[in-house]
Amino acid sequence: MSANPLFSPPMSGDGPPPRRPIDVRSRWIRFNSVRRTVVSHLITVLAALSTVVVIVPLVAILGYLLYMGASSLNLAFFTHIPAPIGERGGGMANAMVGSGIVLALASSMGIPVGIAAGVYLAEFGRGKTLAMAVRFTADVLNGVPSIVMGIAIYSLIVMPQKHFSAFAGGVALAIMMVPTVARTTEEMLATVPHAIREAALGLGVPKWRTVISVSLKTASPGIITGCMLAFARVAGETAPLLFTALGNQFWSYKLNEPIAALPLQIYAYALSPYDEFHRLAWAGSLVLILMIMVAVTLVRIYASRGILKGAS
Amino acid sequence: MDLERETNPTGPTPLTTPVVTNFVAAAEPAGPEGGESPIREFLKNRGSGGFADKTFAGVMLVCALSIFAIVLFILTILVMRSRLTIAQFGFRFFMRSAWDPVSGDFGALPFIFGTLATSLLALAMAVPLALGVAVFLSEFCPAKLRPPISFLTEMLAAIPSVVYGLWAVFVLVPIMRDQLGPLLLKYLGWTGFFEGYNFGVGLLTASIILAIMILPIISSITRDIMLAVPTSQREAVLALGATRWEMIRTGVLRNARIGIVGAVILGLGRALGETMAVTMVIGNHPDISKSLFAPANTLASVIAGEFSEATTDLYLSALIEIGLALFLVTIVVNAIARALVWAVTRGTPARAL
Repeated sequence: MSANPLFSPPMSGDGPPPRRPIDVRSRWIRFNSVRRTVVSHLITVLAALSTVVVIVPLVAILGYLLYMGASSLNLAFFTHIPAPIGERGGGMANAMVGSGIVLALASSMGIPVGIAAGVYLAEFGRGKTLAMAVRFTADVLNGVPSIVMGIAIYSLIVMPQKHFSAFAGGVALAIMMVPTVARTTEEMLATVPHAIREAALGLGVPKWRTVISVSLKTASPGIITGCMLAFARVAGETAPLLFTALGNQFWSYKLNEPIAALPLQIYAYALSPYDEFHRLAWAGSLVLILMIMVAVTLVRIYASRGILKGAS
Repeated sequence: MDLERETNPTGPTPLTTPVVTNFVAAAEPAGPEGGESPIREFLKNRGSGGFADKTFAGVMLVCALSIFAIVLFILTILVMRSRLTIAQFGFRFFMRSAWDPVSGDFGALPFIFGTLATSLLALAMAVPLALGVAVFLSEFCPAKLRPPISFLTEMLAAIPSVVYGLWAVFVLVPIMRDQLGPLLLKYLGWTGFFEGYNFGVGLLTASIILAIMILPIISSITRDIMLAVPTSQREAVLALGATRWEMIRTGVLRNARIGIVGAVILGLGRALGETMAVTMVIGNHPDISKSLFAPANTLASVIAGEFSEATTDLYLSALIEIGLALFLVTIVVNAIARALVWAVTRGTPARAL
């Protein structure tokens, strides 16, 4: 077998003369390898450049937000309700409290259901077609635009009641939290080693008790951070609140009445023609972003420490 | 509790004693006498009867099924509330370009056009950049630089839509009006895409802000998919003498192409439904115009902008039908995207983006 000229033994005497080995220094090959190297370097530069092109404006956005927000933030922002048009000062205290109420409402409805659904997916539905379908639906529901949730809840709660309410806003946000919480809970439970569950079951602990005291407890740091992520995600949502919580210029704690929310207030003020309102909108954005960033950063810290990996 | 008292009359078991010993010891005296063994009794008292387990499993199942219920409920309620326009215009609703609330003449074509135009333009701007970022992060990036960059992109994915809108209104719109717009008109005016008066708000501005918003999503999912390609693939291609780019092209991109398409479609789904930022900068006018400077409206932004003004039932019903269309389209788009991403990253956890 002398098919490969490079590896065939040198022949002597009879037989066909050996084929010349490839000359790696031929002009064509040299040109080709230079071209390939140049293209490779070019792509490297392009990739790095596109990263810079992306990072720079994004950093600029963040920096501009921080600058505008910090320069317009003051104590009154946290203690006062919006001033009437034309007057200086005023704050968004009622919007922050309102956001808190709506989010607490949403979390108290969305998180338990989400965790329970995640428990089903991870503990009871392993390998079942139904679980696959639920998982898929949750992922798809995650991508449904938030404004659709808003008009669905408007049609369900606001239209029959004939008035906007904090409760409707809470329900709209809760629906958005369920799929996110369910999926993260499932992922976190999947990291709990089977040996721990089997140990509990082997001691005669019933399954429900195993799930609550062993699986959920082991995965709890991860589940909590997942809930915080879901919380951070809905905290900035405006669209579902537009037609449900509506917004309010005054103090309101009642679940049955329109209530102010930080994102709604930012939206309303950004589109208003008054400089004073623009200032408040920037300050509100900064507060909102800081809130979300603290949540996301905590998640990152926990994730990097490996606590999310459960008990392993 | 009975069990412990029988076997340990002297007091509570020290913690170091394995629990199992108690069980074995207790089984001896009670076994032959017939009736319930203490173990069984003990277990029953702790609630291991089938009842508690079944109830628990049932509750969990109901919660899981509630996800189906949510989708079904949204669908039903939207169909119910939009039956006025469905009855009056039928399927032609989506092909009519009239939008006249005063005379009760509605058609969704301008909004479908606006949604498609802004989303596709945003994708055209975002996808090449996102691919570049993903390639850089997964293949070229020094290990030290990787965490801060991915942290930054994650941070940006978490910024609320309304804040992007605020930034766009006060920074992007003036730039478009005074700098970028005239520049485009001067050099690309001959294409006919940059005509009419440039207000700063319009299709192009909305597309740019959309592109900025979907960039982090597409690039982070693409990066995850590229990292899911086994290293042995890369090493094999490199061992054959490929340059780095050839390795990426044949070893990584070709293996990850399905997942990348999935990530792009996921970004498309996000762009289709993006509401607040677009509403704030698109100009809110139901026009179909070739010019990218022209104000327009998308499916989501017309709902956000006009829902509170909808005074007649027909108007409200038309807006809800637009919401229904948006719901169905994003469901389909997301289902396709998820299926593609799942096909590639099966086994690794999906990201809750």
